[in-house]
This record gives sequence, structure tokens and C-alpha cells, in this order.
Amino acid sequence: MPILEGEGVTKHFGGLAALSSVDFHVGQGEVVGLIGPNGAGKTTLFNLISGALAPKDGTIRFKGQNITGFKPYRICRMGVGRTFQSVRVFPNMPVLENVLLGLLFGRSNSMSSADAAKEATRLLEFVGLSAVKATPAKDLILANQKRLEVARALATKPELLLLDELMAGLNPTEVAEAMELVTRIREQGVTIFMIEHVMKAIMSACDRIMVLHHGEKIAEGTPQEIATSRTVVEVYLGE
Amino acid sequence: MMKTILDIVIAGLLMGGIYALIAVGLGLQYGVARVLNISHGEFIMLGAFATWSLYTKLGISPLLSLAICGPLAFVIGFVLHRTLFTRLRTSSGSSAAYEGSSMLASFGLLFIIQNLALIAWGADIRAYTYLAFPVNLGGAVFAANRLAALSFAIVASLGFYLFLSRTRLGKGIRAAAQDPATAALMGVNINRVLALCFGFGASMAGLAGMLISMCYPFHATMGLGYTVIAIIVVVLGGLGSILGSFIGGFVLGLIGAIVTYVDPGLSLAAYYLIFVLLLLLKPTGILGK
Amino acid sequence: MRISGATSQKSVSLGLVLLILIVLSALPLYASMYAVILLTAILMYVVITVSWALFSGPTGYISLASAAFFGVGIYTSALLGRSLPLPAVIGIAGLASFMMALLVGAVTLRLRGMYFAVFTFGLVELIKRLLLWWEMTVTRTRGRFVIIVDNDTIYYAMLSICVVTLLTAYLVRRSKFGLALQSIGEDEEAAAHTGINVTALKIVTFSISAVFIGAVGAIIATRWTYIDPYIAFNALVSFMPVLMAIFGGMGQFYGPILGAAVFAYLEEVLITRFPYHYMLLFGIILIVAISYLPNGLVGLVQKWREAGLAREHADT
Repeated sequence: MPILEGEGVTKHFGGLAALSSVDFHVGQGEVVGLIGPNGAGKTTLFNLISGALAPKDGTIRFKGQNITGFKPYRICRMGVGRTFQSVRVFPNMPVLENVLLGLLFGRSNSMSSADAAKEATRLLEFVGLSAVKATPAKDLILANQKRLEVARALATKPELLLLDELMAGLNPTEVAEAMELVTRIREQGVTIFMIEHVMKAIMSACDRIMVLHHGEKIAEGTPQEIATSRTVVEVYLGE
Repeated sequence: MMKTILDIVIAGLLMGGIYALIAVGLGLQYGVARVLNISHGEFIMLGAFATWSLYTKLGISPLLSLAICGPLAFVIGFVLHRTLFTRLRTSSGSSAAYEGSSMLASFGLLFIIQNLALIAWGADIRAYTYLAFPVNLGGAVFAANRLAALSFAIVASLGFYLFLSRTRLGKGIRAAAQDPATAALMGVNINRVLALCFGFGASMAGLAGMLISMCYPFHATMGLGYTVIAIIVVVLGGLGSILGSFIGGFVLGLIGAIVTYVDPGLSLAAYYLIFVLLLLLKPTGILGK
Repeated sequence: MRISGATSQKSVSLGLVLLILIVLSALPLYASMYAVILLTAILMYVVITVSWALFSGPTGYISLASAAFFGVGIYTSALLGRSLPLPAVIGIAGLASFMMALLVGAVTLRLRGMYFAVFTFGLVELIKRLLLWWEMTVTRTRGRFVIIVDNDTIYYAMLSICVVTLLTAYLVRRSKFGLALQSIGEDEEAAAHTGINVTALKIVTFSISAVFIGAVGAIIATRWTYIDPYIAFNALVSFMPVLMAIFGGMGQFYGPILGAAVFAYLEEVLITRFPYHYMLLFGIILIVAISYLPNGLVGLVQKWREAGLAREHADT
């Protein structure tokens, strides 16, 4: 059973169809990429999965349970973590507190504050932010803010992690570091579903790739298949 | 029976016209200038008292004082926005912070204006008679002042709606409101545009006050109630839709007239009930996005 | 070296607080009646402001409903003051305010902050008119008489509620819920995705903040002897905590307390000399504070401290 699956997922904004009857699935332990031109509906799909929006039609299931229309906090506690396209850390809070919130609220069972503090320190080490644990999040450079967002998402003990354009705005060194982080997260057993524009990252990191265009899924397959697919090349990779 | 219904409908339309006017004014200020001006009702009150003062002290007819009070209210609104609210806008970190701080500033304005009015005119309920003769239109009898007020209200709010939606300047204002950054790049003086809209909103409030004073008694603390009604109408019509505010005003006015017929003390409660239902079922309102 | 510095600072603060508490508890024994009455008013405003800031401070959801809860407390006193002892009346007033806030919150806190602000703004006017209607139509009497309680009892009741309020506010602020409330104010959507049930937390916190406001309304009513809807439901009571909290500054815990103390004193002083002008003055101060002092007095103190520290470090 796939850890995440969706059937006929549809979302309209006013008269515009942002997503039209999209089917998708993510297997446990996989790293699946989601690509497509701007406006294809990728972030909308993530919003529907994470509960930020409710679909007009269709069903979304996580670990076999129907989560369509659930509130975000519930989906988070069930084991879905997420980062945002425009980094949404808590700007005036220190780095440590950002992560603490995930630990204290995002898990299905509660932690004592002592355990939480320890785990937060460990998570910051995992993403490489130990040096700045007391810095207000807004004072971090972009790459570190992204790391913080990942740490906060990881704090909620997700089985599935939705990464929305993790590499956007990073220089080549930072992209390589981010890719390495993704690998390490995968090694921890977390399934990853990632939206990306940085082709190098997608092609090397993903087991499977899904392509969206104008709200419809137009292709799906291994990186090799996608790279050579006529449809995809015409629509997207030809840019 | 028919007469009662007609009376209710006329009363509803009159009140509705005034509600539409103040709602369009508030809608302009919130939808375009992004200020939730909870001192809006105080401008209505000022319009009423200014008209009364001009009429009782200087004998200037209320319809004539329209030409004075409207522009005067506009100027006050314009200056207020250019000074206070523009400063808040440029110093606020986010639009959410600006919405909050501008609302609180208007809260402060409420107390300033109301206090000044209490000092100037006291707390007594006032009224004056003007155009209080009956007019016979095809068998039905109406008070001339109410007819005049209704006509003015409709003309004014409709006029503003057409201005915003049909004229070049109006469309430019709405475009600037939707995307200030782009508008600024295109050379639009965004500060002036927003202040213009705020001023227009204030002048509509002053106008409404003048019309109210013609038909109903008024007092220095009447503002709050009208602000609440204006807010409910704006939400009912849909945030960001001027036409919605216009229609919503008449809808609420008619409902108010029906409730007033049953029991006058319950009209605001009825409006709040509608407000609650709106928030629960369709917060975006009739025409909102 | 640093650790012992922090604990000694904490014990100094704690000692100071205890000292103030002792001084305040013994006040009626040595101070004039005027001082007792003044302190009662100051304590009341501290409660209202700190309660308001408990929810509206970190979340940014501006409540203009304080007057509604205050009025509920007043009317509870009027209705039940004869038949029940004061503590029970205070308790019921708090409970009634809690229920009202629960209702208001359930309707409006699912939506954007603006809906909440305007709904709470109109609430006071609505309740006032409903009560007027009720009194005219159903009970056919205007206003009510409240049973009188002596000033010292009022003072001690107010002091007790103040202590409870400050304790609650402090504990909430230090707890994980205080952190969660702040995250709602910073980025509500992100907070929701971090596992925080934002709607429930907002509603519960808002309701708790209403309890204390209702409680002090019930207490102070016993001094007024006669109340009616106009007296009990006065928009000024929604305005004052906002003014006090902004002026004092919401960045630190003591900011609202400082603002409340300053303005409570100011109001008592001005209300006798300029009964018709002080509202005007306060409105001007609010506008000036929002425009030039967005972080309040606390922010000002912070800036001086930072400037001082910067100068220190620049010399090293």
C-alpha cells in the first residue's frame, strides 16, 4: 500500500481549474519528484495534501486513511511534514524555539520539555544549525532558514515529508548541501515528495518523477523515462 | 395591509439608500485604501451636526450645505490619510500589521472626534425640520425630505460606483489598489490615490450624515451604531466589492424596516444575527471573492 | 559566572514582586481611603490590560470586546449581588464572560483577524441595545441597583483577581502554549502545519482572557450602586486596555502592567479636572503611540539598553 495516494483530486479557484482529476501515489521509502512549469498546480497539490486547502473533488489517503479535508494540524500529527515555497519560519523566534514547537505540538504523543530540548538540539545538529540556535530566525541567511524549516518539519516526526522547492534561491554549494540533507533524511526512513525546478537535484535524487502541466498529470516515470519523454520535453524541459 | 407593506418598503429603501452610501464609503476606505476606519460613523455624525449648525445658525438649507459638507469631509479625510495613515503604511512591516495599526489609529480618531463633538454640541438628541411636507406620488403619500434623501443617496452611491468602474480615473484607482507596487512603477502616485479614496469615503459619510439629519433625530454618540452597520453591510456585500456594498445596503435596509415594524429596539440585533450567519456560512459575502 | 548572574537576577525580581505584594496587601491598614480607591482602579486596569494582552498580544488578533465582558460582569453583580456572596458572584461573572467569549470565538476565530476585530467591536453596542430592549419590554425598568460593598473588601477582591490574572498570564507566557500563541501571531498557517490546533488554542485563550475582565466588572459594580446598559457597556472600556498595552509595550511581560498603571492613574486624575476632555487626550496619545512608539515604553527602554550595550562593547 502506498504511503500516500490521491484519486481524482480537483481544485478550482474561482473559474480557474488549478488541478483537474489528478491521480498520484507515493510508495513508502521512495523519493518522488513533482515537476512542471510555473502555475502547473504543484504547490496547490501540496496544499491539498497538507490540509491547507480542501479539494473540490477527489480523495487523498495517507497510510490508507482518508485525510481529505482534514485540518493541517491533524495531518501533521498523523505524520506528514511540510516545508513551504516561500520559507515560513517564525521570524522573531530563536531557531531553537522554532524547532521546539514542532516537537511539542507536532507529534502524536507528547514530550516532556526536557526531552524536547534534547531532541531539538539533536535535530539542529542533524541539519547543521547548532551554531545559531539562539539567533532569531529572521536573521538567518536563506539557506539556513530553509534548514530550519526542514528541522521544524522533522521535529514533528513525519513519515512523509513534503518539500516545496527546497533548492530555490540557493547557490550551487548550498544546493549540493541540500541534496546531501535530503539523502540523509531518506536514510532515516522518511518518504519524500519534493517539488523542484533544479533539474540536477530532481534527476539524481528521485526514484520516480511526476509531471504536472496546467493542473493535469501529463507524465510519470523514472528520471530516465521522464528525461526522454517527448511530451515532457516539449512542454517543460525544452525551456 | 398594502399601505403597511408600502410604508415598510419605502422606509426600507430610504434606510437602505443611506446604508448603501455609508457602506460604499467604508468599502472604499477598506477595499482600496486598506484602512478599516472604525471612526467612519463619526464622520457621519459630523455631517449631521454640520448640516444642523449651518441650517439653524446660518439658515443655509441642508441641500445646499451638501456642497459644503461633502468637500469638507473629503478634505479632512484626505489630509488624515496623507498624514496619519500614510505614515503608518510606510512604517508597517507587513500589510497585516498595517491593517491592525490603521484600525487602532482610527479607534483613537473615534474617541477624539466624538469627544470634540460632545464638547461642541453636548450629548442631547437634536433634530430639525426641513422639507417635512407630504408629497403625493400616484396615490401614495411620502415625506418630501425622505424622498429627497433617498434620491440623493442612490445618486451619490451609484455615481461613485460608476466612477470607479467606468471612468479611466476610477479604473486606475482600483488597479492601484490591487497592485500598488506595479502602479507605483507605472508612475501612479500611490499615496495620493489612496488618500483620494479615503477622502471620498469620508465625504460619503458626511453626505450620509446630512441626509440622516434631514429625516431622523441625531446625537453626538450616534456614530458607533452606523459604523457597525456599515461593517455588516460591507461583509454582507463582500469585502472588496463596491457593488456588493451598494446592494447589501438596500438588503439590510429592507430587513431593518421589517424588523423595526415588529420591534424597533431589535434592529441592530437582527443585523448582528445576519452577521453571525454570514460569518458561519459565507464570510465572503454575496459578491465577494 | 553567567549562570549565577541569571539566578540572582531572578531572585531579585521574585523578591521585588513579593515585596510589592506585601505592601499592597497591607495597604488598607495604613493608607487613606483615596489611596485605596485609586489603587483599586489601577489594579482593575492592570487586570483588564493584562487579560487583553494575554490573547491579543502574541496572536495579533485585536479584541475590542473587553467592554462586553466587563459589562457582563457588572450585570451579574446587579442581578445576583443580593442573593449570593461576593466570591460566588465574581465566579459566575467570570464564567458568564467565558461562555460569551467561547461563543464569539467559535463564530469568528476561524476567520481572518479583521472579522474578529470588527465583530468584537460591534458586540458592545449590540449587547447594550439588547439589554435596553429587554429592560424596556420585558422587565419594564431601566437600570438596576447594585448592593453596596465596602471599599476595603472591593480592594482585596480586586487584588486577589489581579494576582490570579498576573500569575495566569505569566504561566501561559512561559508555557508551550505561550510559544504556540506567539507562533500564531508570526505565521498562523505555518503554526497549523507544525501541529498546533490554532482554532482551538485561539478560542480557549480568548475565553480565558475574558474571565478576569468579567470578574473585575462584577467587583467594581459594587461601588457604583446604580447601573444601566449605558453605564455598563461603554466602548471606552474596550479602548483603554488597547491604549495601555500599546503605550506600555507588548514585547515584555511588564509592558501592559506599566501602561495600565500609568493610564489608570492619569484617568483618575484627569476625570475630575477634565471630565469632558480626557477621552480626547487619550485618543491623541494612542495615535501618537502607534505612529511613533510602536513598541511602547518597553520598546523605548529596550532601545536605550541596546544603545547603552553597543556603546559598552564599542569601547572594548
